Amino acid sequence: MTKVVVAMSGGVDSSVAAHLLKEQGYEVTGLMLRLWSEPGKENSNRCCTPDSVAQAKKVASILDIPFYVIDAKDIFYDKVVKYFIDGYADGITPNPCLACNRHIRFDLLFNHAMALGADFMATGHYVQKFVRDDGMHLLRRAIDEGKDQSYVLHVIKQDILRKVLFPVGEHPKSIIREIASEIGLPVAKRPDSQDLCFLAGEDYRTFLQRYEQSSNLPGNIISTNHQVLGTHTGLHNYTIGQRKGLGITTIDPYFVVKKDYQTNSLVVGDARSLGTDRLIATEVEWSCGSPPSLEFDALVKTRYTSKPAAARIKMSNENASEVMIQFYDLQRDITPGQAAVIYDSDVMLGGGIILSTDRSELP
Amino acid sequence: MSEKTYFDFAATTPVDERVVEAMLPYFNEKFGNPSSVHLYGQRAEYAVETAREIVADYINAEPEEIIFTSCGSESNNLALRGVTLARRHHANGTNTIITSKVEHHAVSKTAEQLRQFFGFGIDWLPVDDFGVVNPRTLKSKLNSSVALVSLMYANNEIGSINDIQTMAELCAKNNIPFHTDAVQAAGYLPLDVKKTPVDLVSLGAHKLYGPKGVGALFVRNGTKILPTITGGGQENGLRAGTHNVPYIVGFAKAIELLKVERQARIEHVEPLRNHIIEGVLEKISGSKLTGHPENRLPQHASFVFKNVDGNLLLSMLDEKGFACSSGSACKTGNPEPSEVLTEIGLEREWSLGSLRITLGTTTTKDQVDHFLAILPNIIDLNRSLTAKR
Repeated sequence: MTKVVVAMSGGVDSSVAAHLLKEQGYEVTGLMLRLWSEPGKENSNRCCTPDSVAQAKKVASILDIPFYVIDAKDIFYDKVVKYFIDGYADGITPNPCLACNRHIRFDLLFNHAMALGADFMATGHYVQKFVRDDGMHLLRRAIDEGKDQSYVLHVIKQDILRKVLFPVGEHPKSIIREIASEIGLPVAKRPDSQDLCFLAGEDYRTFLQRYEQSSNLPGNIISTNHQVLGTHTGLHNYTIGQRKGLGITTIDPYFVVKKDYQTNSLVVGDARSLGTDRLIATEVEWSCGSPPSLEFDALVKTRYTSKPAAARIKMSNENASEVMIQFYDLQRDITPGQAAVIYDSDVMLGGGIILSTDRSELP
Repeated sequence: MSEKTYFDFAATTPVDERVVEAMLPYFNEKFGNPSSVHLYGQRAEYAVETAREIVADYINAEPEEIIFTSCGSESNNLALRGVTLARRHHANGTNTIITSKVEHHAVSKTAEQLRQFFGFGIDWLPVDDFGVVNPRTLKSKLNSSVALVSLMYANNEIGSINDIQTMAELCAKNNIPFHTDAVQAAGYLPLDVKKTPVDLVSLGAHKLYGPKGVGALFVRNGTKILPTITGGGQENGLRAGTHNVPYIVGFAKAIELLKVERQARIEHVEPLRNHIIEGVLEKISGSKLTGHPENRLPQHASFVFKNVDGNLLLSMLDEKGFACSSGSACKTGNPEPSEVLTEIGLEREWSLGSLRITLGTTTTKDQVDHFLAILPNIIDLNRSLTAKR
């Protein structure tokens, strides 16, 4: 019998994933990671709270599958939480989910699943996997466009991707909820999780105020032509493209154009000065094995929630681990630290972490 | 998947078929309340009183010295709370509890509560590297302020056996009540309360092929003790609440079978257990036996492995079909080394990697051999994963 270890969180998606696999005739085991919580906030942390563990355990009992919890607190802190904190200190906007998928889910957890004798690991991510003619395993955007999670899965290496299943990606979320309630899972009505799991429900800015003060000092808000317009409360507290809450009065609406960590100033400008159209991405993983060619056209997403935009992709080095991406149109919110993920239509080819972004000379 | 192997008989045993059979009539046929006057009540009362005689006989006690409870933990609670509070009332100036750090939580947490909320002091006795209390240490601590001494007969986690005989005699000489938690020991070790001057003994049914949810406390006649559950006056006024008749009957049946079969059970498990200990220590580098090498429960093997995640080890073994236990077992993945393993002086790198294997009547040589065959690989794999986090 083929054995699958399902990464369970106590939520709807991974619970139904386990159910679907069991229905398909796999031998299923549930596995959960005990992740890091801020000391004293263990109970309000979103996932892996005692409550989530209890929930996942209950689901496992209903599905009649074995269930285990693995301690990953230290490594999660080192690879994900610290990356998040240090990233802000370094002046980028890190995406901890990418770090988690790279170092925890599709590495540590995967290895534990294999150690438990699994042939495959499965998760509750909304993405579809298919096998290309040449035998490569590739990811395609989820049936449910609004739920698609391919953006955070570009970090999976091909040899691991071959052994991963995503059973919920082939269904709309509404169906997944229906299945959950049909089979009587207690999680059917739990709201979708949104924020970062280790934030214990609070805003990331509040969290950072406790952990990373060095780069969170007040400074000047300046215009693109170097006029001082006001004072910001710390660069952490702003995102590129942000319009509201700047505390300055201008005739036209002003947006955050850039966060200049060198001078601790927040650069703002009107809609015309907003946006960049070029970026360098590093640590590029090609889920498809290798890039289709040294230079090609593709669609690129620069945020989890952004729409794919047309761009020209050029390899910057021989092993294609760094790329230059030139968009055909200005993009409002390209942010260093987030991922640039490359698609051929709805097929995810790969992606990397945005190192820098700028605006090419307009004709 | 291959057949499952149960290696956790110290956690609980299956209920013997013959015990189930003995219990069944008392659910609906002879369902009466032993406190009732009518014939239904009389039949139930007869069943409970016969059960009491059987349990009493097993440890050579008088029937009225057996108090049925809901489990071993309740027995421990009744012994500690009941005796210390009564002693303070009757014997002024007794305000200290002597116990050890390797006791079951049903003893240690009860003692802690008595300290925190009832003003008792606790004298924690140290244990040696095997988890055993030295009677001479106990002797040096005995004085007129001691309300109760509570020391376990055999340790649940590491299997070591205490010298109950000597320690009970020391307490008797000083007129200090002595309680022993014999929940783990009762299935294998002899106890004769006429020869061993213990005053209180805790027993539980589900470690000896009886049902969960029933236990007993031996209370020597004349021992001052207060009830912890007050009410209808059942059990000599020491434990109120309608008798759990079918379970009490089941407990007695299990004891009856134990009396006949104990020697055969020991002869069955002991060689298999020795085979496991020898095999593990020989095949696994960085392994240690925990608890005493000879003076231990005959079905009990317990180890620590250096730089192994005990929790993960249990998961891996379970997936291979072996149900075992661990001193650091934690179902929420938040491992802390057990107090027992810390108390016997093990460093964290050892104590987090503990494994307990306890055998029973259905254990076979094949199961043991299969276990020894798969364990080395599992430990290697575990170490390589543990090293990465």
